[in-house]
Amino acid sequence: MEIVSKFKNQHSPIVDMKQENSQHPQIKLVFFGILLFSFLFTPLHAQEADPVKGKALFNANCAACHQLDKKMTGPALRYVETRLSEDEGLDREWLYGWIRNSAAVIKSGDTYANKIYNEYNGAAMTAFPQLSDEDLDNILAYTAQDKPAPVVAATSGAAQVNSEGGSGLSKDIILGALAILFALLALGLFLVNKTLRRFAAANGVEVQEAIKRPSLWKAYVKNQFLLLVTAIFFLLSSAYFVYGYFMQIGIDQGYQPIQPIHYSHKIHAGDNGIDCKYCHSSARVSKHSGIPSLNVCMNCHKSIYEVAPSTATEEYSKEFYDAEIQKLYDAVGWDDEAQQYTGKTKPVKWVRIHNLPDFAYFNHSQHVSVAGLECQTCHGPVEEMEIMYQHSPLTMGWCINCHRETNVKVEDNGYYEKIHEALSKKYGVDKLTAAQMGGLECGKCHY
Amino acid sequence: MISGVWSCQDNSRPNYQFFPNMYEPVGYEAYGEYEVFPNSQEALLPVKGTIARGYSLYDYDNTNEGYDAALKALKSPLSDNEIDTKRGKELYDIYCGICHGGKGAGQGKLVKREKILGVPSYADRPITQGSIYHVIYYGKNAMGSYANLLNEEERWQVTAYVEALRAELLK
Repeated sequence: MEIVSKFKNQHSPIVDMKQENSQHPQIKLVFFGILLFSFLFTPLHAQEADPVKGKALFNANCAACHQLDKKMTGPALRYVETRLSEDEGLDREWLYGWIRNSAAVIKSGDTYANKIYNEYNGAAMTAFPQLSDEDLDNILAYTAQDKPAPVVAATSGAAQVNSEGGSGLSKDIILGALAILFALLALGLFLVNKTLRRFAAANGVEVQEAIKRPSLWKAYVKNQFLLLVTAIFFLLSSAYFVYGYFMQIGIDQGYQPIQPIHYSHKIHAGDNGIDCKYCHSSARVSKHSGIPSLNVCMNCHKSIYEVAPSTATEEYSKEFYDAEIQKLYDAVGWDDEAQQYTGKTKPVKWVRIHNLPDFAYFNHSQHVSVAGLECQTCHGPVEEMEIMYQHSPLTMGWCINCHRETNVKVEDNGYYEKIHEALSKKYGVDKLTAAQMGGLECGKCHY
Repeated sequence: MISGVWSCQDNSRPNYQFFPNMYEPVGYEAYGEYEVFPNSQEALLPVKGTIARGYSLYDYDNTNEGYDAALKALKSPLSDNEIDTKRGKELYDIYCGICHGGKGAGQGKLVKREKILGVPSYADRPITQGSIYHVIYYGKNAMGSYANLLNEEERWQVTAYVEALRAELLK
């Protein structure tokens, strides 16, 4: 206990000295050890600030605008207390006042308060009168922690490359080995044959030529019935394939173009459970299921400037995903360092995947809002697609089929009450399909 | 031969079309690329100083003063029987709940997964319907604007739902 309190008393000077002496690695190491030691013992003291609790409070209250090492809406906060006391001569009391009611501090004419307020374009910091002294001490203890050394991510990255390259390489090796093996076998056969013939010639054995028979080919050509059957077979099978080829013209099922930004629906809609309509909001109200303008991306990516290490997969590394976020910043003109828009934008040329011919009309809002269909009914398991592709054929037969099979949701919909009553009487059914409501009328989609 | 044809199928480019002039639109299509537009970009913002049919002007500025003014003075145009809680909830769950949480306590899925931090509970902030609408319209700090995702009436529906959630939290 004595040791602890001794260290506790030394605590803050150590932090200061450490900063000043950072150019002496040995001294730094010693001090760091002591510092670490003191941190290890801190939980024993009830009145000592607890960085763990501070982290929870920080994440709940501050993290919307502040990060430890990166400028966000507000400044980076690591070592904020040391920095303030050293550079500005402001003590903890000042911080208490600022956090609880920054507007009052600014009004009082405090120089530094006004400076920081103007530096961040007059973004007013929310007042936190509900945080007690203890809460604030905990938060400050959290901000005073040293940055954790980067976890050795390089090794896992290397391992990843190896395993990736390994599978591709081994496949190639196996194929190559097989090809060489076959070549050797063929060569062997040829050599054996040649040698045997040479032996035969040397030993005076005459190789018996096969007895002359009319060749199979000639017999076949002479048999007109067989010829006819073959001709018919070839005609039919080629007709089958030609028909198949023509029928798939204009159908882009499985179309999976490379997009300018590698946007993963799997991460956004699948893992994070963001509703489709969050980004494609105009699907609710218009013909088009709109492609989100980049400000919609920035709703989240203003704060999310890198992916979590757990998001990276074997196929796509964290660096890859971070570079894709950077592409977004470049396109929307967001300077992540300065946390402001530069005004220099460039359009992202997304490649359109689902494309109905111009002579067919389709309206998203009718299907999404009125019919209440899930997006996945037509677009497939988008939440599992790392790269978006066209799931459905989007042919007329496919549309018609769904209209024949799907019952119209008429419950709680006054608009359909009368027509439903009249039509269900006419067809003698309880539930009406979209087709029975007129969903097969030509003019519904072609006009 | 069949496998040869099959292997030529390339999913990164679109298929052939019969008579493309029946497939390709003559008019400008949404999000199209046409030389007449700046940047060849058909998707444009409304011309400055104009307002689309069915929309109205919003009088409060995107400043701290504008926020304070909206907080005090701005009132919802919706009467009690125009408030559609079901639709308000639907819209809230799509656009807000992902961060603010289904109950408005700041525990949305993105917060729980530690993607976005520091989303406050509605109960912890002195907000009114005016300030809620103002923040939906302009955004605040890390939150972006939702003015292009929700129309005016929908914004007021969401505002009403947020107020209801806050009342529930304060109970």
